Amino acid sequence: MSHPAEFTPACPIPIRQYPRVLLAHGGGGKLMHELLEKMFFSAFGDAPAGGRHDAAVLEFPPGRLAFTTDSYVVRPIFFPGGDIGSMAVHGTVNDLAMSGARPLWLSAAFILEEGLPMETLWRVVCSMRRAARRAGVSIVTGDTKVVDKGKGDGLFINTAGIGVIAHSLSIAPGSVRAGDAVLLSGDLGRHGMAIMSVREGLEFQAAIESDSAPVSGLVQKLLVAGLPLHCLRDLTRGGLASALNEIAGAARRRIIIDENSVPVREDVHAACELLGLDPLHVACEGRFVAFLPAREAGRALALMRRHPSGAGTALIGAVEAGAPPLVALRGAIGATRILDMSSGEQLPRIC
Amino acid sequence: MKYLDEYRDAPTARQYAAQIARVTTRPWAIMEVCGGQTHAIVKFGIDELLPKAITLIHGPGCPVCVTPLDLIDKAIQIASRPGTIFCSFGDMLRVPGSAADLLSVKAAGGDVRMVYSPLDALGLAARHPDREVVFFAVGFETTAPATAMAAHLAAARGVKNFSLLVAHVRVPPAMEALLASPDCRVRGFLAAGHVCAVMGCAEYGPIAAKYRVPIVVTGFEPLDILQGVLMCVRQLEAGRVEVENQYARVVRPAGNQPAQDLIRRVFEVVPRKWRGLGEIPASGLGLRSQYEALDAEKRFGLASHDTAESIECLSGLVLQGRIKPAECPAFGTACAPEHPLGAPMVSSEGACAAYYRYRGRPPVSKS
Repeated sequence: MSHPAEFTPACPIPIRQYPRVLLAHGGGGKLMHELLEKMFFSAFGDAPAGGRHDAAVLEFPPGRLAFTTDSYVVRPIFFPGGDIGSMAVHGTVNDLAMSGARPLWLSAAFILEEGLPMETLWRVVCSMRRAARRAGVSIVTGDTKVVDKGKGDGLFINTAGIGVIAHSLSIAPGSVRAGDAVLLSGDLGRHGMAIMSVREGLEFQAAIESDSAPVSGLVQKLLVAGLPLHCLRDLTRGGLASALNEIAGAARRRIIIDENSVPVREDVHAACELLGLDPLHVACEGRFVAFLPAREAGRALALMRRHPSGAGTALIGAVEAGAPPLVALRGAIGATRILDMSSGEQLPRIC
Repeated sequence: MKYLDEYRDAPTARQYAAQIARVTTRPWAIMEVCGGQTHAIVKFGIDELLPKAITLIHGPGCPVCVTPLDLIDKAIQIASRPGTIFCSFGDMLRVPGSAADLLSVKAAGGDVRMVYSPLDALGLAARHPDREVVFFAVGFETTAPATAMAAHLAAARGVKNFSLLVAHVRVPPAMEALLASPDCRVRGFLAAGHVCAVMGCAEYGPIAAKYRVPIVVTGFEPLDILQGVLMCVRQLEAGRVEVENQYARVVRPAGNQPAQDLIRRVFEVVPRKWRGLGEIPASGLGLRSQYEALDAEKRFGLASHDTAESIECLSGLVLQGRIKPAECPAFGTACAPEHPLGAPMVSSEGACAAYYRYRGRPPVSKS
């Protein structure tokens, strides 16, 4: 089977006779097979030797295996700087990268609502293809279901991912030690505010673009350089505050952050002020924190800043011994306060 | 960011704190009226910069916190009606009524939506002519003009499917109610800057004179608050009782005249029950008779009833400034943002939420 060399949203949509998804597209019959062949297989890759089967059979390279899954329900489906498809790839790739794994394979499962424009689905599929190529992963298996009109919200995607861990480090909260430095790979809050900026009634003058991006390349670079990483965590729902609190709790350590050193772009800061949100709680989709011994922080910082995914990296704090575990923030005017997780959902359905 | 960073400058903050320490010769208790100010104080640790002789007492200026249980129960009743779109500011959604909150109504299938402006709710009414759209109009004089505008436009356009559940409250009568209490400790006020941006400063002169308290109209950034405290302490030390305006970059003495006109056109002053404080005369705004058709309580025939508040929750004392949030036995134990007993634990202007969020849970007692 051949497929177009470059997929763009402008690519001719492969299924022309049905402008919208029908229940029959999930029914197991000819329409479903046409959808799979023309839409998914043509975008995600050729049939393996021996023909299509219920499971992808893969040769695994030496090393430990990392395995993760995530579901994507973001509304709206398309937003400045990304869409549900690119997020579904980046998010799972980044979760694998946080264990220090090199992402290899993804599954993609689609729950489509009857009536979804076929063109919307095609744009999302093309976006997933581009995102997978950029991150160096293959989408090797998947599933499609169609639910009745009104029983879904256009399109939900689940991806699961498998990666290989070729190093012997234990990159996990339990490895965090007093004396570790905390690096943040870029400015905060762009994804959450990009979604908010296109929500009903909240249009800003200039659109803030999501930071959604794969960070696996950057993490591999740190590992190749032999940096003794103790923990990595990507900042998604709950933002920096949740990520740090989860790690502080799991590691039984105190994390002290200097608020003035946390990068926040001015437009994001302004939008947060307007809406009464704290950038420290707002989601990112292409940022992570790295914990490593302070003596290596300078080398890591320089390496990260030279990589496109980490150009805005900053040293934001340090880990201290002491109980109870918590995250403390040295604030703008010098006083120190607790940085807690937000208790409810600040912005619903952002990923 | 311009107009923000310069009001959070650490060296200047320390200079103000040093100046306050220099002019203070005796203990003074000063109340910041607005919950937004309380949050800034706790978030930035402003109280920790002040000399021990200065006590900041957190005031009742959290509209979500003072909205009576009875009205929240009415909101829940309306939101549970099939075919209704119930709109509210986000803070209100998690405030516990006597049996549920609005988020639970949403989870049970009610169409409850968070909006940033009553005009968004009016827009929803235009887009959904077959649905009843109700806006929960909560807030002090700051949000009242936007509600008044929505009411005015709804009436002018003849929108039939839009109504308002009005819980608007006025700041000056609440200050008077606190001052009239025999055990009031407050010796000076930082008045709520944004309320005064709308209403001006004129209402506060008679209160300052009658109760012999200085009142400083104050902003919300750390340097605003420190400067407000300094101005208030200077008055106290000099024995002056004046209304001063720290927040002159936003507040004009006469306020915002068109906004006041709009409020007066749509609303009349009514008595209002405050959660934790009881009924305060002339402390609320209610729709005038010519806007009666927009009154959700009348439209849906909801009767008022007395609703008992939780005995365990001491938010009434917190709202009166009699105790600090952490002095409540339920603070951080029976009451937390995830399972609140009272509104001050969930509102973004609530004092309990500020203490919990920025100062943490109380240490577990070792006894």
